[in-house]
Order: sequence, then structure tokens, then C-alpha cells
Amino acid sequence: MKIYIPMDSAAKALGADDVADAVKAGLAERGIEAQIIRNGTRGMIWLEPLVEIDSGEGRIAYGPVNAQDVPALLDGKMDSLGRVEDIPFFARQTRLTFQRCGVIDPLDLAAYEAHGGLAGLRRAAAMTGPRIVEETTTSGLRGRGGAGFPTGIKWKTVCEAEADQKYIVCNADEGDSGTFADRMIMEGDPFSLIEGMAIAGLGVGATKGYVYLRSEYPDAIRVMNAAVEIARAQGVLGADIAGSGRAFDMEIRVGAGAYVCGEETSLLNSLEGKRGVVRAKPPLPALEGFLGKPTVVNNVISLATVPVIFEKGAQHYADFGLGRSRGTVTLQIAGNVARGGLFETAFGISLGEVVEDIAGGTRSGRPVKAVQVGGPLGAYMPREKFDTPMGYEEFDQNGGLIGHAGLVIFDDSADMLQMARFAMVFCAVESCGKCTPCRIGATRGVETIDRIARGDTAATGLLTDLCETMKEGSLCALGGFTPFPVMSALTHFPDDFATRKEAAE
Amino acid sequence: MQSPSPATSHEDLRAIVSDHMHLEGPMLPMLHAIQADFGYIPEDAISVIADMLNMTRAEVYGVVTFYHDFRKAPAGRHVVRICRAEACQSVGGTALSEAALARLGIGWGGTTANGAVTVEPVYCLGLCACGPAAMVDGKVVGRLDAARLDALLAEAGA
Repeated sequence: MKIYIPMDSAAKALGADDVADAVKAGLAERGIEAQIIRNGTRGMIWLEPLVEIDSGEGRIAYGPVNAQDVPALLDGKMDSLGRVEDIPFFARQTRLTFQRCGVIDPLDLAAYEAHGGLAGLRRAAAMTGPRIVEETTTSGLRGRGGAGFPTGIKWKTVCEAEADQKYIVCNADEGDSGTFADRMIMEGDPFSLIEGMAIAGLGVGATKGYVYLRSEYPDAIRVMNAAVEIARAQGVLGADIAGSGRAFDMEIRVGAGAYVCGEETSLLNSLEGKRGVVRAKPPLPALEGFLGKPTVVNNVISLATVPVIFEKGAQHYADFGLGRSRGTVTLQIAGNVARGGLFETAFGISLGEVVEDIAGGTRSGRPVKAVQVGGPLGAYMPREKFDTPMGYEEFDQNGGLIGHAGLVIFDDSADMLQMARFAMVFCAVESCGKCTPCRIGATRGVETIDRIARGDTAATGLLTDLCETMKEGSLCALGGFTPFPVMSALTHFPDDFATRKEAAE
Repeated sequence: MQSPSPATSHEDLRAIVSDHMHLEGPMLPMLHAIQADFGYIPEDAISVIADMLNMTRAEVYGVVTFYHDFRKAPAGRHVVRICRAEACQSVGGTALSEAALARLGIGWGGTTANGAVTVEPVYCLGLCACGPAAMVDGKVVGRLDAARLDALLAEAGA
């Protein structure tokens, strides 16, 4: 018998470690022989801690399980959810990037390989750099961090640059509220990221990689460090990776609590040991990146998707999706939600289907008022926009952005003026200070929204004007995109900005 | 809080900095290691790093003060970080943290009078589908309510 208990931090935050202790004690008490496997999470967070028991007839799910439920669980008196793969939320997904997450022990390299891991790296090892880049371009993969830039094009620039040293830098500074896909894959299937970085290294001729991982994720840091050591010991990293005759090695670097370091040039400065201020582009990091050398900077999910593209072929991946958004999107459904978690599916599904149908609306049971898509710099989408399909261009046309594909759901008790104000507060707290529209504009924005709250309607025009300046005049997305949540709140929820005036009168 | 004697701390600092000299972009790993050892970044560390990396003290100071993580003074014996970001706000995080701070009689970043607990804001722990979330000395907690948060703070000695 095998018993799976997740070690993902969301599961731990809901008591998975206590459950594991109780299971261990309960097994000993009953004299039952069973292997406890600490897997990643399946991503159905409302069911965590989700325990799976495999007695030879598939993995039967139980959840949420707390420590007090364990005696009933072990005595067969707890109601099961059936086979985990048959739970509708899971059954409806197309799991490519997350194919192994929650399935295996994250640090078991043999299990990784048994579930399709390293096949992509072996295939890439037999290819030339330009051929690897071409395959990536064919897949249609675009940057999953938010910008949606074609990964293959970025790699091509680095591949063709002449330099004595090139780098692969993984942006694991996942600071957007409502996003946890990076954390989940690093804790649940770290070798997929390592393999993706190694393939990228072979593709562009880089021999060294860094993962810039935020300090707010201590569990992910621990798992990634352990995985890198195992990969090095097993020859997945090192002087001759996967028999390619080419070298690639990597290190995990820990951030220090600055949101702006999720911006690629600011991240590079931070990695170099400087203040994490934004650099002007050009020069592009692809030509002058880390320490001035050609550097691929990609998000965790982009890189962790590379192995499955090479395992199954670029065309297989490209066959999923909508328009110019190819492959799968790893939606993170969060906030006030009945069924929250990670939902990987082909691009093209509508926002409303995700929110109402898959996620089941709010946790509070009240009506959904707004969904913030794409983190603190993403727009608040009202119900009228729920038919927007998940796709980069489709969201752009509807005044929003997909960003890192996090969805934060709010019920009708949300005060959108306060949410707009928070967006400005956050921008002020996290601004790197390099450019004026962001550094000063955010503070003025808070003051202007406070004026509106006091009933000063003239301030609405001023806020619109300020947002325009921030959007056009900021160097990076922090100042440039803060207007998205602010203006979407103002445009779609005017009542929240008007009622105070009436109250004041 | 017991502070190490200046001589020892200076030598310790040099040792920690030396350990990281071989890295590309060694500054953040150095600062993290110093804070892990001392609980904060002692002023002396700035001179030591500046000296060993051949930088000005102003440059090093600029780096230390840019990042929210690095402290200029020791924190309380336990650090409770409560998420203030949107996903936690959507499930009542703001009211929860404000009530807790009011009960403790401190503001964000403050330490209780008995030196037991420092409460800090954090913008997202990646626990956005099980908020409100917090982290107690590196241990994550989800689906917090007032009773649970009070219990955690009491356990930490606040």
C-alpha cells in the first residue's frame, strides 16, 4: 500500500505535516505496512490536505483530511472522493507542464524519468543549438511570466550572439498576488525546471544558469536546492549533460523581498548584487544581460514547459490553444473562491467558464463582483467581460492582460475604490525609484483616490490623467501597468467611486 | 538580545564574506548569510563588504536598504508575516490583520513590548487559494481566522 500526502506549502499551510505524522503513528499502531510518499500537490487546493491511498486499484483520494480524521481514514471509514483522476476539476484539465506535479515524489529522479522526464533533454542533446531553438519556436511557446514574448525568438537572439559566456536566468520571483504556479512546480516537480534550463542552455550555448527565487518561498528554495544537487550527482547537470558532450550547471539565488525584481532588468541588477532598479532597454538582456553577457531570462513556467515540448514534439504542443496563444495556460484560481487551485488547460476557455463553472463561484457563496486577472498590475474584469477567452490578444482587446494567469475572485462585498487605492499603495511601496511617473505618481495616485473618496468628483479626471502619464511614461510594467487595476475599477465600478460623494452630500 | 563582542563579530563577518567571494554577483548571498547568522545586518557589515568587494560604503548601504528583507536591527524572537495582497484581501485579510495589530498595540513592522513577536507585512506567500495566509518563522499557515491567528500569536509569546 502506498499513501501519498503532499508536501506542497499550500497543503502544509492546511496541516499536511500533522496529517503525515498522524498517518505514520496510526500505521505503526495498527501494524499496517505502507509506504508514505510526500508528493507535490495535484492543485486542488480546496481539498488539501488531499491524501491518496493506492492499494493496487488506482489512487483513491480523500480530502480535506485533518489529523483527527486519520484513524477513520486508516480504518476505511472515511468517504473517498473516488479516483483522483476522475475528480471533475482534475479530469477536465490538459496537463502538460504539470503532468507530474502531485503524481511523484518531487525529489525522486527515477520516478521523474519513469513519468517521461529527461526524454526531452536526451532528444535535445542530439540536436544542434539552432535546431533546438527552431523546435521551441515551432511550439509557439510564449513567455508565461506575463509579457507573452515568443520564447523561441528570445532564444534565437541569444543563440546568435557571439560571447565567451552566456547565461540562462530563470525568473522565479513570482510576486503577483493570485499566482502560485511557479511555487507549485518548483515544490512539486523541480526537475522539470532544471531539465528546461538545461535544454535552453544547449539551445543557446549557455553553460551557466541561475534561478532567482523569491525569499517568500522557503519551501521552494529548499526543494530546488536539493533537486539541483541530485541532478548534479546524476549527471543531469555538469560537464557532460545527458551525453551531449556539452556542459551546463546552475545555482539557486534567493531574492530579498523586492516585488520589482520580477521585472527582468531589475532582476539582473539584483542578481549582480546591485539595487534592483530597472535598466532602460535597449540593450536587450538577450544581448547584454547578466554581467553584460547574452542572457535568456525566462519565467519558471516557460522553462518548465520546455521538457514536454521536446518529449512530445513541438507540433503536439502547438496543436493546443487559440489564435496566437499556443499550448496550455496554467490558470491559478484564487481569492474568494469555492474551488481554488491550479487548472491547466488549452488557451481559449472563457473567463466566465473558469470562474463560474470550474471554480464554482465564491467561497462566501455571495455573487462574484470582479476578477483581477494577471496580478496586482492586471485589470479588474467585471461580469460583463466574462465571455473573454483566455488568450494574450483576446485579453488585450478587452482592456486586460493575462499576465502570469492568476485569477483573484472577489465577491460583492469588495470595495473597488479601496482596491484601486491599494494598487497605488502597492506601487508606491514597491517602486524602485528609477523613473518619476512611478515613484511620484503612485503616491499622488493614493492622494487623488482619497480625494475621490471624500466626494471630490473633479479628482476623477485628474486620476485618469495621472494614469495616462504613468502608463506612457514609466520604464517598466510596475508604473506602466498599475493604471490597469486602477482604471478598470474606475471604469467598470463607477458606483463604488460615486456613493461616497452622495453620502458626503 | 545578546550582542556579540565587536572583535568577534568583525572576524565572523569577514569569514562569512570570504565564503561568498567566489560567486558571480556575491552581494545578496553575503547579506542573506550575515542576516541568517546575526539576525540583522550590523553596521560593521557594510564596511567589511565594501572593503572586500572594493566598493564604496554608500554603494553597499544602497543595496542593503533597497530590499525589504534586510533589517538594520534585530527582530523579535519570532517573526509573523501576514499577507496583505489582493487574494488575501478578498477573504477578509485586511480586517484580520488590523484587528491583530490593534490587539498587540503595534503597527506593521513593530515588535511587541516583551520582544517576543515582530509582525511584518508580506505581499504574497503563494497561498492565494487558501487565504488569508501568514508565515510564522518560515512555517506557512493558511485559511486563517481571528481565533487561529490569536492562537499563533499567543504561542509565539505575544
